[in-house]
Amino acid sequence: MSRQARIAIVGAGPAGAFTAAALLRSHGDVEIDLLERLPTPWGLLRGGVAPDHQEIKRLEDRFHSETLARGCRFLGNVEVGVDVSHAELMAHYSAVIYATGAQTDKSLGVPGEDLPGSWAATEFVAWYNGHPDYRELDFDLSAKRAVVIGNGNVAADVTRMLTLGAEELGRTDVADHALEVLRSSAIEEVVVLGRRGPAQAAFTSAELRELGRLDGVGLRAPDGAELDPVSREWLDTEGTFTARKNVELLSEFAARPPQAGAARSIELRFLTSPVEIFGERRVEGVTVRRNQIVRAEDGRLAARPAGDETETIECGLVLRSVGYRAVPLPDVPFDESYFVLPNERGRVLASDGDPVPGVYTVGWIKRGPTGILGTNKRDAEETVACLVEDLNAGTLAEPERPGRDAVDALLAERNPSLVTAEGWRAIAAHELERGRAEDRPRVKLASREELLATASGEQPQ
Amino acid sequence: MTYVITGSCIKDDSCIEVCPVDCIHPKPGDPDFETAEQLYIDPELCIDCDACVEACPVDAIFAEFEIPERHDYALDLNAEFFAGRSTIERTAA
Repeated sequence: MSRQARIAIVGAGPAGAFTAAALLRSHGDVEIDLLERLPTPWGLLRGGVAPDHQEIKRLEDRFHSETLARGCRFLGNVEVGVDVSHAELMAHYSAVIYATGAQTDKSLGVPGEDLPGSWAATEFVAWYNGHPDYRELDFDLSAKRAVVIGNGNVAADVTRMLTLGAEELGRTDVADHALEVLRSSAIEEVVVLGRRGPAQAAFTSAELRELGRLDGVGLRAPDGAELDPVSREWLDTEGTFTARKNVELLSEFAARPPQAGAARSIELRFLTSPVEIFGERRVEGVTVRRNQIVRAEDGRLAARPAGDETETIECGLVLRSVGYRAVPLPDVPFDESYFVLPNERGRVLASDGDPVPGVYTVGWIKRGPTGILGTNKRDAEETVACLVEDLNAGTLAEPERPGRDAVDALLAERNPSLVTAEGWRAIAAHELERGRAEDRPRVKLASREELLATASGEQPQ
Repeated sequence: MTYVITGSCIKDDSCIEVCPVDCIHPKPGDPDFETAEQLYIDPELCIDCDACVEACPVDAIFAEFEIPERHDYALDLNAEFFAGRSTIERTAA
């Protein structure tokens, strides 16, 4: 290709950032635009990773130095499919890489799931992390008990956020609107339900260990000590290092004497599935039944009902944390059974199975919502290898309107409040400065108006 | 002396790339890489060179004598990951 290839990455989360970095490393001779629907970059690193895990948020320095500091542009507050179409991107770029993640949550499929007071844990996460689209959500924390459904790290994060003391919360960058509500929370007990047993819990042992070490928080795991024979055999023969550590930690938790004087407590319950979320006008409780672990026909371990007996757990808040799910993007193929863009090593495939020239994917929308932050690095390297191969082979069509000015003019026309890297720097500087004043890592701007005003150089009060 | 990786690890493999003695596992492509929640340093092989500390983007790695209290489990955890593997397995990995 005669002129420098111009690449659009849609979504400035970890997958998009690792992709931009990998592309600059392996094929420096490209121009990259990182398009993002929020005014701020880094996706779930900013909006997902829990506020009390600040060390992980340091990854943003690496993202910055390997992307924006190396000439990759940030074009924030631009929504592909709304402000600009897929076809328009294809007309302006040599290639488009979709890194839009998995933006919605999986449903439980039980009655009462939509009652007021029953939320997707991801909504709670977005709210406490200052995602501007979630700040108006009204979480009622006036009941004494909350139930968290699910056993993954998001479940662990929301459980910690519901039990952390006011002082500890005040040292984090939790959004101010959430800090206020969490500080006046009446919740004393969080019951965490796992459908499967201790050996199958999806927590990392690090997150599980952390739950057992919270200041002023008692932890009970009454069924952590016993492992059914099927799970025991699995653990001894095929169990991962993490599963073994989790079982060890849980039996240690099970043996703990009750903690006297703890202000709050967490109860981890295993082999328990919700069958209904009930309440007159809002959540009043969850009906659950016991499960047992069996070896299914395909050889995998599965949770099956252990009987018809049910039990109720009264509560005023339910957070459902059973996984993320990607949503289709306009004008791009979508696999409705796996909720990903159909792809081969990152090349998006049309319904006939052939690659769609110039269209690529990375991250959760490519592989499904699995893995941790660093998983995206290898994933990005795979997609970038395909793109570089196609660039070198000259198989990508020259875009109709290849100049940077052309896309800038189009975006300016569609959206006057575009946020560039400079605007993001202004936002970040403002948040850090407010953080220094309050002895916190940062104080987030959590409304679009404030973010856009700060990005454009106005000083919010 | 050894360095240890704590539970803050995000499995970015920057440390593996810079380790001169190949003592950080599992590595991409290893059978247990995908299921591992973090990476671990083999205390028998670590030469305390500090390269991984510099490479880690989330400051998850510490020298044995500088492990923060909240990560006091990490020394045993790293050692335990390699326990039961023979020296040959360790050095050939």
